[in-house]
Parts: sequence; structure tokens; C-alpha cells
Amino acid sequence: MSTELSNTNASEIGHALLAARRKAGSPSMGMVLTLVVVTDERDHYDALKVAHAVSREHPSRILGVIRRSPRGAANVDAEIRIGEGGGSGESVLLRLSGEVANHAESVVLPLLLPDSPVVAWWPTKPPDDPAADPLGALAQRRITDTVTNPRSKIPALVTQCRNYTPGNTDLSWTRLTPWRALLAAALDQYPARIRGGRVTAERANPSADLLAAWLSDRLHVPVERATSKGPGITDVALFTGGGEIEINRPDGRLASFSVPNASDRPVALKRRDTAELLAEELRRLDPDDIYEATVQAVCRLSDADGNARPPKRDTKKPTKKSGERGSGSASKSVKKPAAAAKATSGRASS
Amino acid sequence: MAFAQLRDTIEELDRERGTAGNHAFYLSIPPRFFPDVIAQLKEHGLAEERIGSWRRVVVEKPFGHDLKSAQELNAIVSEVFPPEAVFRIDHYLGKETVQNILALRFANQLFEPIWNANYVDHVQITMAEDIGIGGRAGYYDGIGAARDVIQNHLLQLMALVAMEEPTSFDAYSLRIEKQKILRSVELPSRLDLHTARGQYVAGWAGGEKVKGFLQEEDIPKDSRTETYAAIKLGIDTRRWAGVPFYLRHGKRLGRRVTEVAVVFKKAPHLPFTETATEELGQNALVIRVQPDEGVTVRFGSKVPGTAMEIRDVNMDFAYGGAFVESSPEAYERLILDVLLGDPPLFPQHEEVELSWQILDPIIAYWGNHGEPEPYPAGTWGPKSACDMLARDGRVWRRP
Repeated sequence: MSTELSNTNASEIGHALLAARRKAGSPSMGMVLTLVVVTDERDHYDALKVAHAVSREHPSRILGVIRRSPRGAANVDAEIRIGEGGGSGESVLLRLSGEVANHAESVVLPLLLPDSPVVAWWPTKPPDDPAADPLGALAQRRITDTVTNPRSKIPALVTQCRNYTPGNTDLSWTRLTPWRALLAAALDQYPARIRGGRVTAERANPSADLLAAWLSDRLHVPVERATSKGPGITDVALFTGGGEIEINRPDGRLASFSVPNASDRPVALKRRDTAELLAEELRRLDPDDIYEATVQAVCRLSDADGNARPPKRDTKKPTKKSGERGSGSASKSVKKPAAAAKATSGRASS
Repeated sequence: MAFAQLRDTIEELDRERGTAGNHAFYLSIPPRFFPDVIAQLKEHGLAEERIGSWRRVVVEKPFGHDLKSAQELNAIVSEVFPPEAVFRIDHYLGKETVQNILALRFANQLFEPIWNANYVDHVQITMAEDIGIGGRAGYYDGIGAARDVIQNHLLQLMALVAMEEPTSFDAYSLRIEKQKILRSVELPSRLDLHTARGQYVAGWAGGEKVKGFLQEEDIPKDSRTETYAAIKLGIDTRRWAGVPFYLRHGKRLGRRVTEVAVVFKKAPHLPFTETATEELGQNALVIRVQPDEGVTVRFGSKVPGTAMEIRDVNMDFAYGGAFVESSPEAYERLILDVLLGDPPLFPQHEEVELSWQILDPIIAYWGNHGEPEPYPAGTWGPKSACDMLARDGRVWRRP
């Protein structure tokens, strides 16, 4: 069932949701969370498809937000869907144009499910500081995906790490879960002292950098970062006195797992799609403590490298920028901090 | 002149429609006109009951603006109409769901055993409106949120939630129980710490740019009228010892909603790891009065997956379309009760006066202590309201 409202407001959308639910015979939906999907005209179809798929595991109210150009008269259009697209729960796609595009939170706030947790997800074009984004501020979990950043991915990752606030996670981190599980299991099987490590992946791969940071943070050893043709991470090695513990995955699907003094084993290590990653993230709604430690390690490593340092939170300004980016207009906000970095580096490292 | 015409019309209706001298007068007028109107009704013989027929009068809120004015108002009305012929209308109390509070509490075995201080941590009663004062400036300025809503709706809801089981469902027994609760209400000793008030300022609400209270038409620029009020009350009975009741009402809040939430204590022991229950809150029973009438029970459940992870989920019952075609609309139901002469849900003047006794000291305190705190339209009220609960280690629910 689908209802379209044009030139509307949150109160009318709320009524329409209620009416649609009643029309459907007041089905018991047991929605457990509100998922705010901050997207744009180009990507919303795929993003909402993923969200609907995820709502089968986590029944939710999905609020898709498209922020269009903030010029012109303020206008809110909404598309309400209940029990469609295979998802469970309710879904509203909001298109905001004019001044209201800068006040998306005013439309979203009244539509949040009572009591239940709120998760904000940026399928593409994450803001520099998700917690400072007005939509991110409504949420207890904020999920970004640095890989989708159209500009340079590694500075984007460092920016995300610098602006870390408890409750943030990046899907580049979620992608690592099977790798981390396998590596931890390897050390259970072969509990040797680790002297160093190496992560090999495509050139710009935020997951690889996070994995390297995680390993060096947990094992207190230097971890090299090597480059391959991909796809994604192709090889992880830990150096011990008796040889290498190695997970090698050349094709993005099947890995070979080897520890010293044992024969190699094939292990399924398929690259997962976004719906699986998001569903995994939604299983835990408390801040990810291990991710926090890893993020701090990324910042430390990046300081030690003398990499370009994006400034720490810049009060209100990044917020506005992210709004414009959400609506598809070009922005240099990712690159710019690199230039401004030197000026604020003292503050960032303190 | 007008009353003579009214009399003629009524007599004509008696003849043509067979109303047989049964009349109800619905006084939808500002309180200051009461003395004149009531006197006129009497003068033209409209208030006189004849044998075998009845005369009733319906009075809308506000029933005065403090204890003294409420008593005066009552004196005027009761001079002409006997107490059982006076119906103080409060459209919230006609709602199906509020009556259902009584059914929920007293028809079930499930809830009553835990409906007390042993299990209940606190109770939150919220009535939020997303609209501003609109065209009611003349009425609203000087009245404010506490007088407009807390004095009648919220205190009545509180009485219904907190009262003991009446010996029967008749008007008298019900009233006695409600009065006992209102009589045992205890104000916090520090009104500065346990009450909060606010006034909305311009902002974006629900996707629309809206004016602040002081910019509304016909509101003086220096008005100190509150558009948000929150108070903490205790009930001095064995059942509710140490259980705070938090009442809040405001205009231009997040969304339009009226709810009573009974929040339970945390389980005394959790045989799980700390991370497994990190997101587990307190169990709650939420009586949704409007707009989506029904009941929600909030409890912990395991998240599907290999890890042991417990989080809060809802169990919902919605009245809309569940077993009635449409719930009888509030006013229809009220007017039916008036015509039937059945006043169990209408507050009598004792209840009205008891409510003013609770509120008068708070309003007097506010009158002497500064201005209401501004809050942006479209948000969930001023910071002082959050601080007020934070002091007790609690938070307002997002309704």
C-alpha cells in the first residue's frame, strides 16, 4: 500500500501512516527501531531496497530523507509505504526542498517511533562529523560507509576517526568482522608471540587501514600496509618466530588459511553485500568499544605518519555542508580540511 | 430578549419534537459571562425542573483559574442547578481509552498485582500538542499550560491511574476514589527543582517555519504565560509511597500525543553479562490516549543472532479498527452521558477544587520567580524539564 503526499508536514505524514496502518487492518508490526536513511535522488532506490531487506531481520520504521536544493520555497513531499517491497514495517520517503532542506530534523523528529532506538545511516556521501549533523544528533547509532566517499577515501577515513563520537560506526569496519574472527581464532590455535604483521589490499581501502590499526592496537606490534590489485583485502599475515599466520583471499570469495605446522585450509570469506553489513550493525545498538579503540589507533598512526590532518569538529559549519552534499551539490569539504590541517594540528593532537 | 426567544424555541421543540421538557444547556462561554447567563436562565424559568422532566447544564473547562474563582463559579451555578445536574465537560475523559484505564486495571488479573510502589518506578503523563496557540490568544494569555491542561486533564488521568478499586462502578464510588487520590497528593518541597516551565520560540516544527509565542497575534511582547509545564507530584498512600508522578504538557512540541506511561523498576538481578543487557531499559506499560488509541507494553527480548543481546521491544494493541468500526467520538459520548444523566466521568466541584489546591502553590511560585525558559518550537520542551528528571536519575520518554 502506498500513499503520496505533496506539500505536506510531519503531522499530516503521521496521520497518513496511522490511516495506512488501519487500512491494512492494524497489523502487529513490532517495529524495534527507526532507521533514518540520509540519501539523495540518485541513490535512494538502492538504499531503500537495502533498508527494506534489513527490516526483515530488524522490523523498523524506515525514514528516507532526500535533501534537495535549499533554494526556493520550502516544500515537503512524502511517499508512504506499508508492507511493501518485501520489508516488514513502515517506510516513508521524504523529499525536502527549499529552506526546509536545512531543517530536515524538524520533519524527522515527529516521525520517530516512540521510545525505540534511532539509527541514522548514510549509504553514500557521509558527513565529516555524523554526530554533529542534525539528523545524526537524533540517533544513538550513526552508520557511515567511507568506501562510498567519492573523493579520496583514506583522508575521509581519518576525518571520520578524528570526529569519532560513541555510537558512530563505519561499514568499512563491519566488513572486517569475519577477518577479525578468523585472525582471533588463528591465535587460539597457534598462540605464538606475534612480532609484526602485514595487510595487503587495494590501494585505497579504508577497511585495510582499519584492520592494520586494529592489529597493531591489539598486538602492540607494527603492521605494514601493502598494495595489491584487490578486490578488497587480499592478504593478511602475522609474523611469528615459527613462520607466518596467513589468510590469503585473492578472489574476494574463498580464502586459504594457513598457520605454521599445519596444512592450509580453504575458508569461505565472501565479500558481503550492504544489507548483510547493515543487519549486522543493527544487532548491537550500544557504542562499539573495540571500534573506538581502533579509531584512536588510526588517529595515532596517522599522526605518527605526519599525514594531512583534517581539523577536529568545526562547530556548526560541517553540518551545513553535509546538508548540501546530501542534496547532491558539489562540495570540497573532504579535501579542504587537508589544507586547513596545519593551522589546527596543535589542537587535534592535544 | 434573546432568552425569551430561547424559551419560545424550546417550548416549540417540546411540542413538535416531543422533548417533553427535558433540556440540557451547554454553556460554551467565557467564565466571566456565567453569572449573567445563569441568572437569565433562572429569570426566564428555563432552569426550573418540572415533575417528570429534567434540566441540566454543561460547563466547559476552564473551571475557574484558581481555587477561589472555582469556588465562586460553583456558587453561581449551584445557586440555580443542583449538583447532580451540573456536568463539567472534559473531552479527554470521554475517550474510550481513558475509560479503558478502568477496564485495564480492574477487569484484569495481570496488572493489578504489580500496580504499586513495589514494582512501579515512576509514572509519566504526557499531553503534547504540535500546534501553537493559534487563534486562542485572548483565552490563553495569562492562563498558560498548567491551568489549561494539567489542572483538569492530567490530574484526572493521574487520579484514574492511581486510584484504588472503587467498590462499584457508579458515579459516587468512582468520585470518592478519585478524590482520595487528589487529596493525598504531595507537592515537592523544592518547587524550583521539581517543576519546569517554558515558552516556545520561533523555529522549524514538523517541516514548517513557525512563530514564537511572543510573536503570536494579540500576545503581549512581555507575556510570561507558560506554553510548557512539567511538575512532579507524589501520592501519599501506601500503594504509591516514593513513586513520583511526572506530568507534562506543552504546545509546539514534537508531535501531538497523549499518553500515560507506567514505568517499572529494573529487574533486581540480571543473570547476563553487562554487554548483553546494555540496551535493556525499564519495562513500561503505555496507555495511548490519542491519536493512536491503544496500549503498548515494552519489555526486553533477545535480538536474533548468535550473540546474547537483549533489547527493548514493544507489544502493541491498537483500538483503531481492532474490534470497533470507530470508537465513539469523545463529544458524542459525553453528550450521550449528559442526556442519560450519567455523570461518572464528569468531575464534580470537589474534584475541581482539589485540583486547584494542588496547582495554586505551583502557579504562585512561578508568578514570583522569573520567566519561563524558551524552547525552540518543534522540540520536546525546555532543558530545565530534562534537568528536572535528571536530578532523579530519570529521563522523559520520547512519546
